[in-house]
Amino acid sequence: MAEDIWILGIHMTKFGKHPDQDTVDLAAEAVVGALADGGVTMRDMGVLAAGNLMGGGGLGQPLQKQVGQTGIPVYNVANACATGATALRTAVMALKAGECDMGLAVGVEKLAGAGLLAGSSRAQDSDTWTPHGRFGEVAATDGRIGTSTMPGVFAQIGMEYGHRYGGVDFELFARISEKNHAHSTLNPLASYQKRFSLEEIMGDVMIAYPNTRPMCSANCDGAAAAVVVTDAKLKTLSLEQQRRAVKIAASVLTTDPYEEACQVLPNVNTLTRNAAQIAYEQAGIGPEDLDLVELHDCFATAELVHYDNLGLCEEGGAADFFRSGATWRDGRMPVNVSGGLESKGHPIAATGIANIWEVCHHLRGEAGDRQIEGAKVGLAHVIGLGQACGVHILERSAA
Amino acid sequence: MPERIPLVDYLVLDPEPRLVAHQCTACGARFFDRRNACAACGGTTFHPAEIATTGEVRAFTIVSLAAPGVPVPFVAAVIDCSGTSVRGNLINVDPDPEHVTLGMKVALATYVVGTDTHGTEAIGFGFEPLEGARHG
Repeated sequence: MAEDIWILGIHMTKFGKHPDQDTVDLAAEAVVGALADGGVTMRDMGVLAAGNLMGGGGLGQPLQKQVGQTGIPVYNVANACATGATALRTAVMALKAGECDMGLAVGVEKLAGAGLLAGSSRAQDSDTWTPHGRFGEVAATDGRIGTSTMPGVFAQIGMEYGHRYGGVDFELFARISEKNHAHSTLNPLASYQKRFSLEEIMGDVMIAYPNTRPMCSANCDGAAAAVVVTDAKLKTLSLEQQRRAVKIAASVLTTDPYEEACQVLPNVNTLTRNAAQIAYEQAGIGPEDLDLVELHDCFATAELVHYDNLGLCEEGGAADFFRSGATWRDGRMPVNVSGGLESKGHPIAATGIANIWEVCHHLRGEAGDRQIEGAKVGLAHVIGLGQACGVHILERSAA
Repeated sequence: MPERIPLVDYLVLDPEPRLVAHQCTACGARFFDRRNACAACGGTTFHPAEIATTGEVRAFTIVSLAAPGVPVPFVAAVIDCSGTSVRGNLINVDPDPEHVTLGMKVALATYVVGTDTHGTEAIGFGFEPLEGARHG
């Protein structure tokens, strides 16, 4: 077993609208914050993994030109909504491989006002029908053969769970959103900190049944960055740095293995189950040991299925598990106490580090009003459609 | 009768409309797109497999916000056609949760997507409720 890797410093920007900051500005703010939080500088970093999806690729080098050109290798990372987790994992792998003893991962996105991110445009039909593409289509298929929109895809994922196990309806999904919006009122970095009543959520604009607007992740700007360090290097640092360091007890990335139907409707379940199982084995714990979970609630319909996929409940028992109140911040398994993607926001490439920032804050006892008291172990999960799943399990330092 | 062309190549119009998948000769996995190899087993030989024209709704959503030019609302669904999952819209049904339910039985149906400058009709497919389904 390779040596343990720790998070030494971590930072997230305020999520929301940042009209005066570009992608590099936001990434630089996160990086400078993470370095300061860890008490180190760019000179200490041996690798940089830079995640960004919408900026056209190649974030890392422009970022270095603002925060420190030290000649270290840059890995520009893109892996859909799992980009941030993939960047972190890239830095972790470099440390585990023994290439360096400290590294930096950053994820950033400018998404405020972006609207639908897939299925947001459809080509005009041609004036002569000519087959093209992998389906030999003569005209656009989005809206004619199902939907490409994310709210629609994830709506079906939640409904499929309901079909398989029962006990699921529009109100249940809306109540999940009610929980996350309520949680967000304690998070000053969330895009939205507004509590919605169940009636307001169910009565809001329908996007893709059963997901209304507040049940969808909020497009926003934001960045998050983390400094990672090897166990051996950490032992040479100050006691304060060792005390605040958070152990990465598991770092896992999976893709979706072939199953019937997986190319018809994205299967976000099996790869999450696989990632969770590997992560629990790596960390030597079970889901019952978790004090809090930040999972990928890109839509209210997604949160439900991941209770099950992460093993937080019995198979098929996600609806009852939620109805028990377990996932509220005062429940036995608090989920998305940050407000989740529905209210904290979802600046895609930042999300997979921002959720780790949230967990680290609780493990360090620095989460202020929303602190989960005595938190020792937490899990952060992201899903990128396509698919990629990142799961990290984090443990409080014993120092 | 005007010339007709299917919206996608896995929709076969004659003699009766049906969907035809590429089935891996080695492992039986079915795919609707042009294949390089089998995602399940890596096999590279495929044969055509006709998909059952009736099935059961396994998942659906009613899309109210879509790209400009996409008429809304519409029902997007996954249909279990005797063990093969198919993506398609539910058509000839009111797009609301009172009329669309999980587990409802549906049948393949076709419609005219549009006509090009040569007068050729593009034919699309969807699934309509089996009870009261229109035939012919």
